[in-house]
Amino acid sequence: MNERGMSLIVKTIARVLVGMIVLYGIYIVAHGHLTPGGGFAGGVIIAGGFILLYLAYGASEKESEFKKWQASLSESLGIFGFWLVAMLGLFIGGYFFLNVFAKGQSYRLFSGGIIPVCNAAIGAEVAGALVGIFIAFAALKLLGEK
Amino acid sequence: MIELYILLALMAVGAIIALETHDLISAVISLGVCGFSLVLIFLLLHAPDLAIVQIVVETLSLVILIAAILKTTREDTEERLSLVKTGLWVGGLFFVAIFMYFTYQVLQNMAEFGAPNLRMAVSYLEMGLKKTGAANLVGAVILDFRGYDTLGEATVLFTSVMGVLAVLRKIGRKKEGQNE
Repeated sequence: MNERGMSLIVKTIARVLVGMIVLYGIYIVAHGHLTPGGGFAGGVIIAGGFILLYLAYGASEKESEFKKWQASLSESLGIFGFWLVAMLGLFIGGYFFLNVFAKGQSYRLFSGGIIPVCNAAIGAEVAGALVGIFIAFAALKLLGEK
Repeated sequence: MIELYILLALMAVGAIIALETHDLISAVISLGVCGFSLVLIFLLLHAPDLAIVQIVVETLSLVILIAAILKTTREDTEERLSLVKTGLWVGGLFFVAIFMYFTYQVLQNMAEFGAPNLRMAVSYLEMGLKKTGAANLVGAVILDFRGYDTLGEATVLFTSVMGVLAVLRKIGRKKEGQNE
């Protein structure tokens, strides 16, 4: 059995729960324009799922560096996508942050123009940011340690 | 209203304990009392969006802080400020008195609690669904009417995380005792 991480019970429970947690986070992000929630809340829930997995299973130094790089990439792509949607309004309609997409039928999943797209971008950014901070603070070796 | 004041008092007590205790785990738990009281306050004031964000951020930050404490040390550092402590207390009370005075002056001129006299809010409520097509009015405000603010917030988060990752990085850092 693997030495790293917590006991078998924690590992099994985490393995069962993490899918549901991430799915719920995606639901919160996707329905951000219909129900309470949105990119920030959903992104933090997704990050919580990944952090649960991380705490239960642990990771070596090398894997942590790689995961930090992945989290950083997700964060950067998220904020770049958000900026890109904002710039789209500038190029198509002439105003920064103009709602250029079709509004759609209200109360449906595909409605609200750019709002769901922005929510998805913010969700990716926040999830990457929190996982990155967690790895930097808690998982990697800190300054004074050998 | 009375439960609001009880929760606010609980938050103040939690914050003071978090500052004064020397056990870092107790300090983090007291901070949690502060944050979860804020969640209850948001729920009492009918703000589910904020309550969701606050509850998940609070839980996650507690997990991160406790993981960091378990990796390092549980004891707070010794304070050596006994000589200047009296001066700090006097100065602190002085500024608290000034702050209270001006807060009182401002509160005299503000609208009644729960009855804001903002005209923009009324027009957002009326036109939000029609103009954006988003049923959640909070989402419509933060990502359509006030998109600039959200972009700024996301940039602040991005910059702070970049700063943390840059300070705590391993590549390019000098070893201990190594000169130039």
